[in-house]
Amino acid sequence: MSATAPSRGTFRPSGKSPAYRPDRKRGSRHVYNVVGVAAFVFMAFPVYWLVISALRPNSEIRSYDQTLWPSSITFDNFQRAVDMPNFGTAIQSSLIICGSAVLGGMLLSTIAAFAIGRFQFIGRKAFMMVLLAVQLLPPTAMLIPIYIQLNEFGGLNQYWGVIVLYLVSTMPFATWMIRGFVVNIPKELEESAMVDGCSRMGAFWRVILPLLAPGLAAASIFSLINAWNEYLLAYVVLQDNDKYTLNVWLMNFTTSRGTDYGALMAASTLIAIPVVVFFMFVQKNMASGLTSGAVKG
Amino acid sequence: MKAADPPVPVPRKSGQPGQPESATLAGTPGPTDGGPARVTRKRGAGPLLPYLLIAPTIVAIGAVFVWPLIKTVIMSFQDVGRRELWTGEAAPWVGFDQFTNIFADGDFWDVVWRTVLFMAVCVTATMGLGLFLSMAMQRMAKGVRLALTGALVAAWAMPLLVATSIFRWFADSDYGVLNMVLTKYLGLDFRGHNWWLDPKQGFLIIGAVVVWGAIPFVTITLYAALTQVPKELEEAASLDGAGAAGVFRFVTWPVIKPVFQMIATLSVIWDFNVFGQVFLMRGNKPEPEYNLLGTYYYEKAFESNSFSQGAAISLITVLLLSGVAVYYLRQLLKIGEVE
Repeated sequence: MSATAPSRGTFRPSGKSPAYRPDRKRGSRHVYNVVGVAAFVFMAFPVYWLVISALRPNSEIRSYDQTLWPSSITFDNFQRAVDMPNFGTAIQSSLIICGSAVLGGMLLSTIAAFAIGRFQFIGRKAFMMVLLAVQLLPPTAMLIPIYIQLNEFGGLNQYWGVIVLYLVSTMPFATWMIRGFVVNIPKELEESAMVDGCSRMGAFWRVILPLLAPGLAAASIFSLINAWNEYLLAYVVLQDNDKYTLNVWLMNFTTSRGTDYGALMAASTLIAIPVVVFFMFVQKNMASGLTSGAVKG
Repeated sequence: MKAADPPVPVPRKSGQPGQPESATLAGTPGPTDGGPARVTRKRGAGPLLPYLLIAPTIVAIGAVFVWPLIKTVIMSFQDVGRRELWTGEAAPWVGFDQFTNIFADGDFWDVVWRTVLFMAVCVTATMGLGLFLSMAMQRMAKGVRLALTGALVAAWAMPLLVATSIFRWFADSDYGVLNMVLTKYLGLDFRGHNWWLDPKQGFLIIGAVVVWGAIPFVTITLYAALTQVPKELEEAASLDGAGAAGVFRFVTWPVIKPVFQMIATLSVIWDFNVFGQVFLMRGNKPEPEYNLLGTYYYEKAFESNSFSQGAAISLITVLLLSGVAVYYLRQLLKIGEVE
């Protein structure tokens, strides 16, 4: 499956080849554009449907004749979503829980990644294997013991209980991801900073951390989305209506009388916005080539 | 962390944690003649530093992963019912009874094969499409790439609960867009077609949500990895006459391989443990022919309140997956990643 991708086109990554092969390059670029548009449609259609269903009148949602475009636009669904009890507290819970989990997770992951990426020590290999192995454990499968244990520590119905679960469940992957970036930062950079008078801490702050930015951005996106969209653990651990996170709150739209699709779609649209904004915000940091030029140039 | 500032630019071999450079801050030469108290403290911190750095992680992993796992193992050799669970009474030990019961159950093996097949198809589709898309993204016009990135992020940001209800709605026999599009725009007669009668078709829908939901992560991560491939190397290779396949195989692939393997392993794990998509699609009560290991576990543990059976099933799941882990760890050791 891996070899099919590059052999599809005859694109040459060389910046010099267009001089003698202009047509082939332009031709394959069109192919890739078509691929991009097709992928865009496939990925975006459910999102489009989400937003459009949030905006269309409720009568069109349960219709035998589905249309791709709404007959009129209304904000009633959003109104009903926002009026749903506990919307405000759910936002607050989600922000507190996800913010703490992501920040704490990035802190722990970065220092652990730095340790395994830069130092040789006994037990390092074992630690890395543990990091990998724990990702095999399905958290839902261990729901019962986790619940009992949180109960013993008084973490039930507390924010910190959920924060700890989210933080730790995304940490192994984040550590691996950041470690990959640590390894790619040339050791000489850090060393020359220390030669120039930085302490190790200073070298870490001034040299390593900025170069880790793409890795941190990617890892924090990963953690944030996982935390923001998780609902099973939050549902089990939190018990009060005014502590529920947004995803648990979403379940309010499905009652015994059926699902209010319009309002559910409107609420989901609102919930997705912060993640998209956050991504747009850190995305420019994910740009590459930061390390490649730094040593040579 | 603070033990730094080497007085001489000694060329060091990678990863010798602050042994020669643990001097004092002002660059006092050599660890031997600095302030004695400080030096000894810093010298002590040198070799311990990495352990201090990973200590919080170890504690956290122990509390959230290792201890529950031990509990799961214990429970699977007991017979924990409702009463024992809530009162904390000691549950009776039953030895391997839970396991023999499960292995004797014909349904269980059906579920295992179905899960393995489902996982294999989903992972292949996800990784293939993800790799292809991430490589195509490097080559498409900027506007198209930005639009696609936006769509990927928006899809990624959609909660599983919502994505699943939308796909379920798509496949609805009466109100579904899928039947509408197939009938109206492609000229096929799919009016009122029920996608859930045949599990093969049903799993097509479930697989679609799973793959659709996984593609953004795979594509964006691989795309980030691809940006680390040095452009000059690719250029040099293609100037030296390597075709696109050759450039990929000898230049691109070695760089992205660790990331690719990592994501593939994770995909195997995630798709093996698929729960929410099936559960929500089948109205919180999947039919026997729609059960995967995740839902089978849930059914045993929570519907029939046999928590120990559930624990035994999750233990079996973990053991099945550990084969994947061993493979991956050996690959890592072979290529020297973990050194």
